[in-house]
Amino acid sequence: MSPTEEILRDAESARWELGPRFQDEVAARVSEEASHLASRHMHRKGDGSRLRWQRGLDRILTSRITGIPAMASIFAIVLWLTIEGSNVPSAMLAELLVDTLHPWLKAHALALGMWPWLAGLLIDGMYLSGAWVVSVMLPPMAIFFPLFTLLEDFGYLPRVAFNLDRLFQKAGAHGKQALTMTMGLGCNAAGVVATRIIDSPRERLIAILTNNFSLCNGRWPTQILMATVFLGAVAPPALAGVVAAGSVFCVAVLGFLFAFGSSWLLSRTVLKGESSTFSLELPPYRPPNLLRTMHTSLVDRTMIVLWRAVVFAVPAGAVIWLVANVSVGGHSLAWWAIGALDPLAWVMGLTGVILFAYVIAIPANEIVVPTILMLTVLVSGSPVADAPGAGVMFEADNSTLHAMLVSAGWTTLTAVCLMLFSLLHNPCSTTLYTIQKETGNWRWTTLSATLPLALGFLVCSSVAFVWRYLAG
Amino acid sequence: MSNCAPTTCETCPSPHAELRRLGSRSDRWDHTVALAGNPNVGKSTVFNLLTGLRQHTGNWPGKTVSRAEGAFDLDGKRYKIVDLPGTYSLLGTTPDEEVAREFLLFGKPDVTLVVADATCLERNFILLLQILQITPRVVLCINLLDEARAHGIDIDTRGLSRELGIPVVGTAARRGEGLAELLSAVRDVATGAFVCARQAPEFIPAALRDAVGKLSQKLGATYPAMQNPSWIALRLLEGDPRIVAALKNGEFISTP
Repeated sequence: MSPTEEILRDAESARWELGPRFQDEVAARVSEEASHLASRHMHRKGDGSRLRWQRGLDRILTSRITGIPAMASIFAIVLWLTIEGSNVPSAMLAELLVDTLHPWLKAHALALGMWPWLAGLLIDGMYLSGAWVVSVMLPPMAIFFPLFTLLEDFGYLPRVAFNLDRLFQKAGAHGKQALTMTMGLGCNAAGVVATRIIDSPRERLIAILTNNFSLCNGRWPTQILMATVFLGAVAPPALAGVVAAGSVFCVAVLGFLFAFGSSWLLSRTVLKGESSTFSLELPPYRPPNLLRTMHTSLVDRTMIVLWRAVVFAVPAGAVIWLVANVSVGGHSLAWWAIGALDPLAWVMGLTGVILFAYVIAIPANEIVVPTILMLTVLVSGSPVADAPGAGVMFEADNSTLHAMLVSAGWTTLTAVCLMLFSLLHNPCSTTLYTIQKETGNWRWTTLSATLPLALGFLVCSSVAFVWRYLAG
Repeated sequence: MSNCAPTTCETCPSPHAELRRLGSRSDRWDHTVALAGNPNVGKSTVFNLLTGLRQHTGNWPGKTVSRAEGAFDLDGKRYKIVDLPGTYSLLGTTPDEEVAREFLLFGKPDVTLVVADATCLERNFILLLQILQITPRVVLCINLLDEARAHGIDIDTRGLSRELGIPVVGTAARRGEGLAELLSAVRDVATGAFVCARQAPEFIPAALRDAVGKLSQKLGATYPAMQNPSWIALRLLEGDPRIVAALKNGEFISTP
């Protein structure tokens, strides 16, 4: 017998003699020593006013009655600041990158003797889609991420988890899902990775499958644009901003409700089981470091997300340009695809253009709106002043945009259904890839795409049906 | 404490160590540092401060979901530093606790930097004492000193250091406060200039002392390089399957 085997045998036999529970005694001794050490070398001399202030704040932010309303108002204020604050810088960026730089680039490329088709591909397709993404996404992100990081550094996120824990528990899910869902507000792929903080595999899967119901950064621009152009426009001008922010807020909250609903459904069907208990430390509120927050949220989050968007938008721009310009049987590829999707889209209150845009834009939600705009011009051929022409993505200001979309057959119903479908559709390909990596299972990855798609079809069709019925 | 010759010290340009942050370039290193501690005490902030990396930090427990690695250069020596997920204990079965315990036992860190929250030392010391049972080569970093000051808490780091037999440094990592002292302490333990001399208090119940003693003696004889035979003996008596497997695989043979 080797010495190792002998040791193992000795341990085995000693264990039988000693019986269980001695680990508890060791643990008790360790914690006793820990408390002695602390009391010998730590002295408290303050009056604890800071502690009182923190407790007071917690009484409001985590109380049964005021906790959730406080959370909703904080969230609504963040959204309102993002929407109102990004108007002006967005317009300025669009003016610079799209209105000024684009014609200049195009003219110079042609003057230098570049083939027109190559100039079209590179400058109208790739450059313009990248420029559009930058001008539409940079300002809201540069406002939303710092605000979110401030809340995170302040210590608010665990309080959100605390407030929502009861709801998640009722849905058969884990309270920490609130944390992964708030991470998903930035990026669903990041939210899926964050589910590693959930120990129970069953609840972690629920959190992964429902993370997509958190509106990610790539979808905020779609929501914000639809809300401003269509819903804000129905309201009196003074209230337009509030109505727009309010409707985006409603969609985001609806997302959380769908997350609860589908968690409940999953935990009663394919992922049966009890909610596990866990301990969550509510850390003290800490004053955030403003400069560092600005730095990390701008450099690390905003630029990374933006870079991803540009990386995906550029090849997608090329694809869009190609399907719009390559013709088969007298019509472009895009024309055929849109025609085929139109009947299904009508049932859902959408248009064939929107559905086709979602097919093209699967790599990144960020490019859905530019794709829709480009395809709309192509199909309806609507004469819009200073539109650079078919097969080109462009930034239009709100009133021309509104006019163009209306002439392409859009109504307020289309905008509402697009906002709903933007919330309820398959995750982007990066998130799907992350889900596959984290679960190691194609079945769950497929479910994570089909579940929201099915819900999206159901919800959009019902809304369209009721809307049309009421409208007569 | 210091083994540097007087002539070297006289020509030293600065009393503090010279730090060069190397980001994630941890391909070649002279020493390994493990970064352990309770959740949300600022481990990732310390990690970022040392490596120049930007691991996600934020005021909530559970941010660091996987093991992050980085590197820094201190007085010409390269250090690899591993940011472990925060845990309250090393004895549990959650994935976080397993990752941390696995690395401390088998990752062979030269220094384990335990980060503790100055505002709740008692709870943080439980993990510290558990780590000290595994390895004596520990530097205790008492972080969030700024917050403790605001709470009127006063901590005697020298007294703690004397009693524990390890370097104890107070820091406010978010402001970079205490970095120089922390670096000197890590360097001194890594190079052996500071010999950690933990006077281990007896955590083992009287009824077990016999069995643990016999077993650890045998372990010590079979694996002369094993740092912590009595802790391993205790785990064996508990029937920890990971430790049993490690013995069978011979993972303890190569422990320095």
